[in-house]
Amino acid sequence: MAQRHFDEELAELKNKLARMAGLAEDQIDKALAALVTRDSALACRVIERDHKVNALDVEIDEACIELLALHQPAAHDLRLVTTAMKISTELERISDLSENISERAIELNEEPQLKPYIDIPRIGNLARVMVKESIDAFVKEDSKLARKVLVDDDLVDDLMEQLFRELLSFMMENPHTISRAIRLSFVAKYLERMADHATNIAELVVYLVEGKIIRHTSPQVPL
Amino acid sequence: MDVMELPHLESPEDRVWPKLLKAETRALSFSYGNRLALKNVSVPIAEYKITALIGPSGCGKSTFLRCFNRMHDLYPGTRYEGEILLHPGSRNILARDVDPIEVRMRLAMVFQKPNPFPKSVYENVAYGLKVRGLTDRRALEEKVEQALRSAALWEEVKDRLSAQATSLSGGQQQRLCMARALATDPELLLLDEPTSALDPIATANIEELLLDLKQRVTILIVTHNMQQAARVSDWTAFMYLGELVEFGLTKQLFTNPSKKQTEDYITGRFG
Amino acid sequence: MIRRRKLAEALFKALGLFSLALAIGTLALLFGALISEGAGRIDWQFLTSFPSRRATQAGILPALVGSSLIMLVTAVVGIPLGVAAAIYLEEYARRTWLTELIEVTVTNLAGVPSIIFGLLALGLFVYMLGLGTSILTASLTLALLILPVVIVTTREAIRAIPVHIREAAVALGATKWQTVFHHVLPYSATGILTGIILALSRAIGETAPIVTIGALTFIAFLPPAPVTTQPPFISFEWLMSPFTVMPIQMFAWVSRPGEDFAGNAAAAGLVLVCMTLAMNGLAIYVRYRMRKRVSW
Repeated sequence: MAQRHFDEELAELKNKLARMAGLAEDQIDKALAALVTRDSALACRVIERDHKVNALDVEIDEACIELLALHQPAAHDLRLVTTAMKISTELERISDLSENISERAIELNEEPQLKPYIDIPRIGNLARVMVKESIDAFVKEDSKLARKVLVDDDLVDDLMEQLFRELLSFMMENPHTISRAIRLSFVAKYLERMADHATNIAELVVYLVEGKIIRHTSPQVPL
Repeated sequence: MDVMELPHLESPEDRVWPKLLKAETRALSFSYGNRLALKNVSVPIAEYKITALIGPSGCGKSTFLRCFNRMHDLYPGTRYEGEILLHPGSRNILARDVDPIEVRMRLAMVFQKPNPFPKSVYENVAYGLKVRGLTDRRALEEKVEQALRSAALWEEVKDRLSAQATSLSGGQQQRLCMARALATDPELLLLDEPTSALDPIATANIEELLLDLKQRVTILIVTHNMQQAARVSDWTAFMYLGELVEFGLTKQLFTNPSKKQTEDYITGRFG
Repeated sequence: MIRRRKLAEALFKALGLFSLALAIGTLALLFGALISEGAGRIDWQFLTSFPSRRATQAGILPALVGSSLIMLVTAVVGIPLGVAAAIYLEEYARRTWLTELIEVTVTNLAGVPSIIFGLLALGLFVYMLGLGTSILTASLTLALLILPVVIVTTREAIRAIPVHIREAAVALGATKWQTVFHHVLPYSATGILTGIILALSRAIGETAPIVTIGALTFIAFLPPAPVTTQPPFISFEWLMSPFTVMPIQMFAWVSRPGEDFAGNAAAAGLVLVCMTLAMNGLAIYVRYRMRKRVSW
């Protein structure tokens, strides 16, 4: 086994990515909690913690570039390193979105609550699970699990559509609700973007495992 | 959402195959004495493309290459089975009625170690032409210059064509061997680990040269340097223990090989 | 431990030095004696006179001419035969028990005492073929004598050519014949030439086979000239002429009583040694010149 050291470095890379994913999930959880419990202090902490995720993103990028330059990996190794690089970018975006949600939460807390939050936590939870599952799929190199994430994305889109109509009716009834409703629809949009990033990760996992690029292909095409 | 319908990459089952062939082996087996060195190897050689043969030492890749110009005929106790077809004409160069000299006139070979003759630069390049009966001085000089230019050596040696070939640097010597091979306008250029004795810069020069040359000549290269195969070749064949394990487009073989053995070899997890 | 090893090393070094000194010393002594005894006798007269009963008027002309002519014919006969045989054995012959046998025989032949060659020549050339005691007979005998040496050294030289040079020629479409004549022979010429010259310098000093075939010890004439005044202007009669050679001349003088002839013998010996040294020197020079040209 000539490549033991390289294998260890690859395992380390995966570990780092899992750690970053854990942090990103936590950020989603806390941002949602800050929103639902109207806890501005928690929201501030989420915003502050974003730089940790950013730092991990840089660290992973550097590790990947180093692996590429020094080991010139091929085949599965090559796919692993390039995928890790892209996934870390996706996670960084996800964390940014948590930061955005927290910012909106702080703004929303300055006014009374518009309505009880039911759909938003549902969408949020769905998005968080998608992120978690896509990363699990990456760590276990499980393309089946990754494909499940792709299907879940449609659910998020549907819920999002429903929420948007609801907020629209609020705004039409009472113009005073507009600023809050728009902020809430932003939050919904952020969550929908998160789900998209999770989908991207899942697609990368399929490439990693099967060597097939399924991005930008119609989901109707049998996967 | 904007959805685009893009063709899928071939799955391992329906791998692509070269269309225009310069040569191909069909069930080629080869043995020294009673040791079977090649077992049933069938590989297509795409015309005006570079085909790389990779595999661990002793996998039979050089043996395979040397079947093409019947180099094994020089040594006793060797036996070929199967066919090597040279297109156009689909002539089986292993057939009993084929003179190996006739085969060697159509192909050229560059060896692992630079092996210029201990003669002048000019004599080296002109030798293949002289063997082919070309005696006209003018024509010879023209051909020699052409060949040296093709091998990107002309500028370096044009003032010392009568210098000893062995006084050139290793990289220059190998390019001289390349020029010597090219002078005869071969249909197929066989390269047996041509850069294994060279430093990285000389290696890069040769690789650059190969990419330029494939406009005009079909190239079959044996290399133990996988990065080299990945950099220069269009098609790659992976051999192990005298057998062909996998053949495919280089980019496919190096990003997504279909066989576990290939994967293990190109990622350095062999054995 | 280390001191013991160092002691052993020093001891061995001393032993080696002693052996070397012994060998060189003896040689120098011999050579010195030869010079002191013979150098005074060497002059133009000595080189251009026939032998004589009077030591001071005697010269080595017939022996010098005889040796030279015999060397020439030996070379002309022995070299092509030897080189050709070597090429055949090395390049063309298939490996069978017969070629193996020939190989072993040739190698052993190089070690056969030269007088055996003389006996063979006496039977074959002198009696069977009726060539008599002539320059031709002596040359053929010596050619036979050097043949194994030439074959062995030529084969060594051919074998020293790297396989990849041969393969390069063959890959370019050269036939076996072309490969041998364009590459193998030119590149191994150094080795072959040195082998030949060393073989010839051995042959020039050979006495036993020449005596065996009955060479004269006293001769007062030269062989007929190879160029004649009548057409076809070239004559090979000299080949059948009786002769003597340097070592025999020397031997003849040594076996005579009297200080003077001993001086002659020493002088003749000196000339002979010089001839041999000159040939060896030529071998070294050729090797040096060609080694510079051929390298891989």
